[in-house]
Order: sequence, then structure tokens, then C-alpha cells
Amino acid sequence: MLENKFWTKNEMIKKVISYFPNGSSVNLGIGLPTLVAEMINEDLNIFIQSENGVLGVKGRPKKNEVSPTLINAGKETISIKKGASFFDSALSFGMIRGGHIDFSVLGGMEVDVEGNLANWMVPGEKITGMGGAMDLVNGAKCVIVVMNHFTKKGNPKLVKKCTLPLTGVKVVNIIVTELGVFKPVENKFEIVELANKITVDDLQIEKELIK
Amino acid sequence: MTTSKVFKNAKEATFDIKSNSSIMSGGFGLCGIPENCIDALSEMDINELTIISNNIGNSGRGLVKVLRQKKIKKAICTYIGGNPDLEEQILSNQIISELIPQGTFSERIRAAGMGIRGFYTPTGFGTMVADGKEIKVFDKPCLLELPLNADFAIIKAEIGDHYGNLWFKETARTFSPLMAMAAKTTIVEVEKLVNVGEIKPEDIHLPGIFVQRIFEGQNYKNEIEFLKTEN
Repeated sequence: MLENKFWTKNEMIKKVISYFPNGSSVNLGIGLPTLVAEMINEDLNIFIQSENGVLGVKGRPKKNEVSPTLINAGKETISIKKGASFFDSALSFGMIRGGHIDFSVLGGMEVDVEGNLANWMVPGEKITGMGGAMDLVNGAKCVIVVMNHFTKKGNPKLVKKCTLPLTGVKVVNIIVTELGVFKPVENKFEIVELANKITVDDLQIEKELIK
Repeated sequence: MTTSKVFKNAKEATFDIKSNSSIMSGGFGLCGIPENCIDALSEMDINELTIISNNIGNSGRGLVKVLRQKKIKKAICTYIGGNPDLEEQILSNQIISELIPQGTFSERIRAAGMGIRGFYTPTGFGTMVADGKEIKVFDKPCLLELPLNADFAIIKAEIGDHYGNLWFKETARTFSPLMAMAAKTTIVEVEKLVNVGEIKPEDIHLPGIFVQRIFEGQNYKNEIEFLKTEN
């Protein structure tokens, strides 16, 4: 079974976290990326930003410390660490657009060899909206896409050219899937690392797209 | 000016909202939304509204009440995930929608209130968002974005005084102070209305000059969309 060789969600998130130097600032997208806040080692002194207006997200609150006005961009209850701050949405996106956020970690529907990302709508079928994603991919210094390797139909999400409406052009730096870590470089996907016992064939990416 | 800004309740404070009004509504998901004003809208005999709000309600709640009454002609928002009612009305063309990247949305609202006539941002370049917009190349190609204003803003703060000075709690601030600056008439509901002087000047998040009407709300639900706690 191919699935048995896949990284678990936690292993994927550990790969993401391994890119953060001590003291970096990180914005987390909705869904899988929010696991970063729960798994990160507090000694790392990472400041996690959520675009709804908080810098210094810690993880989940204790049951008796839940506040309906303390949430992340996924509308989930959170807790904050010492040194955290609150602000309005214009300041929050100034922080993002102004290049003050080191890493943006977000999900994806398609990433292509040029580093283009699509993750906000499937025409005629599904609209989630771009939310803050278009600002994040253009503003953060490093964009990490963490996503399932395959679509529900079983096709790889790493493609030659995105067919879905784009979120950003030439913006993705690193892609983490359950099969490995990849970088769009010179119109190909560079394989940085593969999960244990995963072969290049397992990726189902066209051979000429692999560097 | 001696006219008081203090109103009794949402019904009185929203008296002049009419059909075809454009209304900014504060909050993120269900956090920090003006619950009393939304209830008032749902009870008014009005329609063809333009609503400017990050989510237009969520999870069947908040502004979804007004959405289901088919009172909204146009929705200007950034995110639809979690709001199946809105997604359905958009996909079936029952409602006109304008999806805006959230940073551009915030800055366009801020610009309207701050007298900025336009700004260039790299956000959205090479995407559908860029369609029909002027592009200028700085260090990278940028889109010209214009201010976004409205007839009314309905927002909620934790504490407000009689002049309209506001203090917001935790992450409930989001778009609310920006919307207050951008709308012709800003209607604020607060959990607690206090006398002028009770909020320390350095603690005021939004000066009262941007607020036209204020009232102490009631029966707040302050709903949590996704409760997550430590294991």
C-alpha cells in the first residue's frame, strides 16, 4: 500500500516547522497549517500571526480560558503567548504586505512549476474566496504550501500549468505533501526530500517536470 | 454640537437605513459582529442592500439571516468558505458578488476614511482580481485600487463612551474601526456604554469623531464557531 509510506499530517507539519529559524514570524492559513501553532516548540520564540488581528498565537486554550473574541483566521478558539498584540485588519495586512512576515504557510489546490498557486475557487463548482491568501503570497518573504499530494480524483496537484483561477503568480517557494518536499525551480519541481520508501514514480508527476 | 450620539437601541439607531443603502458590517466570521443591528435589519422592510462585510455571516448565523430573506442585492466580501448560503446564492446568480483580497478590502476601506484617492498593491497581480484594473510597475507590477465607502457602518465594540470613543476586545477589532472611518453614518453597539472620561485616552482604539450613533446592546450571543481546546 502506497498510503502506508506517506508522511502523517504531523510529520508534514514537522517538515514545515523545520524551515523556521529562531525568532521568525509566521502566518498560518486555514486548515492543516493551523497545526503548526499546536506543534511548535515554545523555545523557538516564533511569533505566529493570524490575519484577523493577532501576533503571538500560542495554540489551544484551556477549557476554562476560552474566549469568543479570541480566535484565529479559521474562526477557531486560540490562546496567546506573552508579548502578543492585537490590531485592526489594515495594520494586520500592512504587516503582511509590507514584508514584515517571514513565512506564509497555506493550503493549495494546484501548484505549478513556475510557482503559481491556485487555492480559492473551482469555477462553477466551489468558491471559498481568497480571504487573505493573495496578500499573503505577495507579502510574505517565503511561501510554503502544505497540501495533499493528490486531488480527490487521484491526480497530482503539482502540475505543469495551473488550470484553476490563480491566487498568485510565481509566489510559491516550498511545497510539502505527504510524499515529500519540493521546490519550483527553473520551470521544474526540484525534489528536496521524499518520504521514506517513496519513489519518484509514486509522485505521478510527469518526468520532464522533475529537476 | 450638543446633539447626543446616544440612542436607546438598534431599532432607533438604524431608523434611516433604507432599501438600496450600502452597509458595512464589522466582524470576522461571527466574532465581533453587530448582533443587535443585524437583528434590526432582519426586522426592517427593506431590500436591495449592498453589504460590505468580510464573510456576510457564517455557519448559518449573523448576516446569513438577512441573506436568507433575500434582502441583499450585492455582497462585497473576501471569504465565502463556511457560508454555504452565500456560496449557493452566488453560484445560482441570485446575488451580485464582488470578492476582494482581504488586505485590499481593508486598505480600500481605510483609504475611503483617510482621504486616500487610490493606492497600488502587488496583491492580485496575474489573477482575476486584476481584470480591468490599471497596472503600474514599481519593483513589481501593482494594481491600482480605489477607496471603498458606504452609506452606513454597523459595528460592535466592547466598551464605548457617550462621545463614541471605542475600545475593542482581543481579536474582535478587525475591520470595525476602518469601517467606522469610511461610512457616512456609523452606528456602534457596545457591550458596555460608559461616561466620557471612563476610557483612558491612551486606551482608545477609535476616537469618537468617527462615530455618529452609539447604543448599549443586549442579549449578546457571542457565538464561537469552532471551539478548540487543549487536550
